[in-house]
Amino acid sequence: MKPPPFAYFAPRSLDEAVKLIDEHQDDGKLLSGGQSFVPVLSLRLASPATIIDLNRVEGLGGASEMPDGGLRVRGLTRHREIELSPLVARLNPLLTGTMPHVAHVQIRNRGTTGGSCSHADPAAEMPAIALTCDADFVLTSVTGERVVPAGEFFQGVFTTALEANEILTEIRYPAWPKGRRWGFEEMARRRGDFAIVGSAVLVDFDEAGRCGAAKITIFGAGDIPLRIAEAEEMLVAKGLTPETMREAGRITSAAIEPRDDLHASADYRRDVSAVMVRRALEQTASPLRTGVAA
Amino acid sequence: MSSHKSHDIGAGTAPLIGRSLQRVEDARFVTGTGTFIDDMKVENMVHALVVRSPHAHARIGAIDTTELLAHPGIIDVFTTADIAEYAAEIPLRLAPLVGYERYLQRPFAVDKVLYVGDPVAVIVADSRYIAEDAQDLLMIDYEILPAVTDVHASAKNESILNEKAGTNVAFSYRVSEGDIEAAFAAADYTRKESFYCHRHSGVPLETRGMIASYDATATDHKLKVWGATKVPWFNRRALAKMLRMEEADIRFVETDVGGAFGIRGEFYPEDFLIPFATMRVKRPVKWIEDRREHLMAANHSREMECDLEIALSKDGDFLGLRGVFRADMGAYARTNGGVPPAKAAQFAPGPYRVGAVQMDVAGLMTNKTPIGTYRGPGRYEVNFFRERLLDLAAADLGISPVALRMKNLIPADMMPYTTGKLCPYEEPVQYDQGDYPGTLAKIAEAFDFDRMKAKVEACGQKNGKRQGVGLAVFVESGGAGPSETARIEVTPTGKIEVFTGVTAQGQGHETVLAQICSDGMGGVPFGDISIFHGDTDKLEWGFGTYHGRGVTVGGSAILLTARKLAAQLVAMAARRTNLGIEELELKDGAIRKKGAAPGEPPVMTLEALAASADDPAELKAVEKFAPANRTYTSGAHAAHVEVDVETGKVEVLRYLIVEDVGRCINPALVHGQAIGGAVQGIGATFLDELVYDAEGQLLTGSFADYLMATSNEFPEIEAITLETSLSTLNPLGAKGAGEGGIVGAGGALANAVSHALGPLGVNVTSLPLNPNNVLRMIRQATPRQAAE
Ligand SMILES: Cc1cc2nc3c(=O)[nH]c(=O)nc-3n(C[C@H](O)[C@H](O)[C@H](O)COP(=O)(O)OP(=O)(O)OC[C@H]3O[C@@H](n4cnc5c(N)ncnc54)[C@H](O)[C@@H]3O)c2cc1C
Repeated sequence: MKPPPFAYFAPRSLDEAVKLIDEHQDDGKLLSGGQSFVPVLSLRLASPATIIDLNRVEGLGGASEMPDGGLRVRGLTRHREIELSPLVARLNPLLTGTMPHVAHVQIRNRGTTGGSCSHADPAAEMPAIALTCDADFVLTSVTGERVVPAGEFFQGVFTTALEANEILTEIRYPAWPKGRRWGFEEMARRRGDFAIVGSAVLVDFDEAGRCGAAKITIFGAGDIPLRIAEAEEMLVAKGLTPETMREAGRITSAAIEPRDDLHASADYRRDVSAVMVRRALEQTASPLRTGVAA
Repeated sequence: MSSHKSHDIGAGTAPLIGRSLQRVEDARFVTGTGTFIDDMKVENMVHALVVRSPHAHARIGAIDTTELLAHPGIIDVFTTADIAEYAAEIPLRLAPLVGYERYLQRPFAVDKVLYVGDPVAVIVADSRYIAEDAQDLLMIDYEILPAVTDVHASAKNESILNEKAGTNVAFSYRVSEGDIEAAFAAADYTRKESFYCHRHSGVPLETRGMIASYDATATDHKLKVWGATKVPWFNRRALAKMLRMEEADIRFVETDVGGAFGIRGEFYPEDFLIPFATMRVKRPVKWIEDRREHLMAANHSREMECDLEIALSKDGDFLGLRGVFRADMGAYARTNGGVPPAKAAQFAPGPYRVGAVQMDVAGLMTNKTPIGTYRGPGRYEVNFFRERLLDLAAADLGISPVALRMKNLIPADMMPYTTGKLCPYEEPVQYDQGDYPGTLAKIAEAFDFDRMKAKVEACGQKNGKRQGVGLAVFVESGGAGPSETARIEVTPTGKIEVFTGVTAQGQGHETVLAQICSDGMGGVPFGDISIFHGDTDKLEWGFGTYHGRGVTVGGSAILLTARKLAAQLVAMAARRTNLGIEELELKDGAIRKKGAAPGEPPVMTLEALAASADDPAELKAVEKFAPANRTYTSGAHAAHVEVDVETGKVEVLRYLIVEDVGRCINPALVHGQAIGGAVQGIGATFLDELVYDAEGQLLTGSFADYLMATSNEFPEIEAITLETSLSTLNPLGAKGAGEGGIVGAGGALANAVSHALGPLGVNVTSLPLNPNNVLRMIRQATPRQAAE
């Protein structure tokens, strides 16, 4: 379990970094927090000839408010920073509320938004949250930036829209509307483990307290996190009741194509997906699950 | 290495036995200044990589090393042909079950590989990195054979692992006591269940490792091996025999060890291969096992099936117990692999008076990592089988789980109690001392078991969750022979040095053994005592640490030696001072007049006494302690759990262990043993599992897949230590205290989960209780009628 030999670059600027990854796109890999990538190297699941370490790139980290009230999270932002940031808590409480489920404090101190989303583990939380929030992904290369919506970014297990010469530099979470509440539920074997299955939901209540819009994501139940549009529409049509929340769960179970793995069977995932969705929706009943903006 | 001076707690503090002194070891461990094997560097050292079979069962064809040897930085490679001259089998150390010896492992696989991880070559390189880079250049042809991955396939003998033996059934035997047919014929109630305990193992956070160096011209020790632990003298003897060297030419040195749990420190293939490598390359060789290797190479344990049948009278008298055990032994016989099945069968009746007992035991070979002992070998498994069956019987007969057990526990006034010859290679078992009903009464009271049971039953299902409580009662042996030796010396400055054959893997022996020595020598200040352990050069012979013997046997040897040396020093002082022996005593670290007023200057300090010695022999003593029999620790576990019936996840709300360990030398450390054992046992029940696929590939090859309990999972564990029944088998009155925390966990938790889910029709007969399995049991169960 020792990594193979590689050449190592530690660029200081994004310019330098994009040039390097462009030059080494055939056999080079980026390194952020290293929490997923270093084990991959040690187990020799990948043997890149070149590693470009992003950790010293200036200006690649940090969260900030966009002019329209949206949240900008730069690629190298550590999970722990998001977890503790009052700004994030104000602009996107779902993100804040989810972070304690991501690994352990030691790992959150190193792991990054860019690394987590680029790695695209089907059971990871960050991709699921980005998808739920309809976030935009900013990908940077020598030819400039392009913006990919979350719904197009995740393409398969460990597979994304990133080209070999691109860096995920930023995720933009749209502004949190008034009346929005969130729910998050996951089933993991131990605290801090990747989820077997989990669900993130957002419900936008109108002034009358009716469900104006709903976003439901299930993750760990397939190759990529999935939005369950049929359940979302059903909730808007029928409103949020114990029965419709259960129905949303049933729709989710029917919509997914989970697989067996070491930790759970496909049947298990199908059954528990319904439970996760229902429980996440139930949480939106609590006024604690609003944003400060609401 | 491995000498450690106790900290200063001042003089005049005797007795120390029974006090929770802070561990001598803590300071170096928590400040990161321990010396574990990978901390050691030896000049000119090179690194070894063990190349392992990627297949579960295959014939080895041509091996081509040319390309590998051409790779820069590769120093040497050797395979089975190169060791042919020395390729003796690794001997059994324990449990010589007839037939099992046919499956002994050699350092390299011969002709066939039999499990994923079976060693086939050793690469020696300038670094481990280089060895891994070049590893794929070693060309080995394999002809793949059908893999045998469970006991049922094994028993069919369609694919045979060991062609010379001609069968996969390594051993099979019956033990019995009393007339089993009559017992079942007379029974009002019988019930039979089929149980399965899953494969898992002790996983020390420090993997195995060693450094070996060889100097043919050395006059003292030609071969030195660092990193030994557990049983260095035995391993040295085995190695000497394999290498055809004199034992005296080999020195084993123990380093700090980050956990062992029975699996670490046995003689494994690498214990031959690395010393052999150093002799070939004539440079010191280091080998550190990585985690993936560890999970496939170090002993697995626990996997067995058991059909167990109970016979009771209508009042619940325990008339008979019979069982059929099928143990999955893995691919080879390891040094102590026979222990788990043999002890599971032996402990089947547990702490109960059972009219008649009959156990059929079979060990079946499979293409999986070989089996060895893991903390509480056989006990964790069989306590689950029996205690679960008892709960089922109690429910069927409408007797409370506590009452049924209480009725049948061996009463204190029947001690010592013989259960009969239930282990084929040992004398009949005799439980020494114990108040088993008292222990159960204690836990029932401390847990408020009956009331809790009624309470959770009344509560039913709330928010998709159900609660349950469960019990398991056990008896468990410790203090295994053979003997242990100790030597104690007074240094020229009047300090005390203790040399013991006991080894340490993190238990706190350096603390506890110094406490015993201090008391044995009239209160020699704790801070004046140093403990030396695990070095074959420092003591002529020792047996090491296993089976709850560190204190009971090793500590008793120290107590006897300490007393002997104390008497010797008093006699010596009497000669020097012309006072009568009977007027003097060794007290608080000096020779004093008996009955001297506090503060009165001593007759002679130990330093003065040491200076006056004509012969160094006057200042040392050696004693051996050989226990006549084993000690038996009794106890019980109680668990209160909550099951999420929608996800199958179980939360442990409360966990309590009550254990009677006889004399408790250091209560804090005994408590730590109970808690640590419980974490392993609870973790094993819910998390730990070594999983193979149908081709015999190990799927749990890293900590991402082999899940161990972390500090987050099971915070609510309590332990009560009793000193009710002192052992009469050793001068300390102590019993084993290392395994009680783990051995009841499977049983208590299976009972608690079954209790919680009973109304849904769930009966747990198989472990582990992971969410997937629990939810499947719920789905497949037929709910009991509402009357429940
Ligand atoms: C014990 C443990 C438990 C964990 N549990 C969880 C969990 O419960 N949930 C969870 O979500 N995660 C979990 N993780 C993963 C953790 O969150 C990682 O930090 C994360 O997946 C990867 O982030 P990183 O910054 O460490 O990326 P790295 O490991 O550095 O990189 C991961 C991959 O992304 C690529 N990459 C990195 N940065 C960029 C970029 N800016 N642009 C393009 N490509 C990039 C790398 O080339 C590599 O392929 C766990 C990790 C560990 C070790």
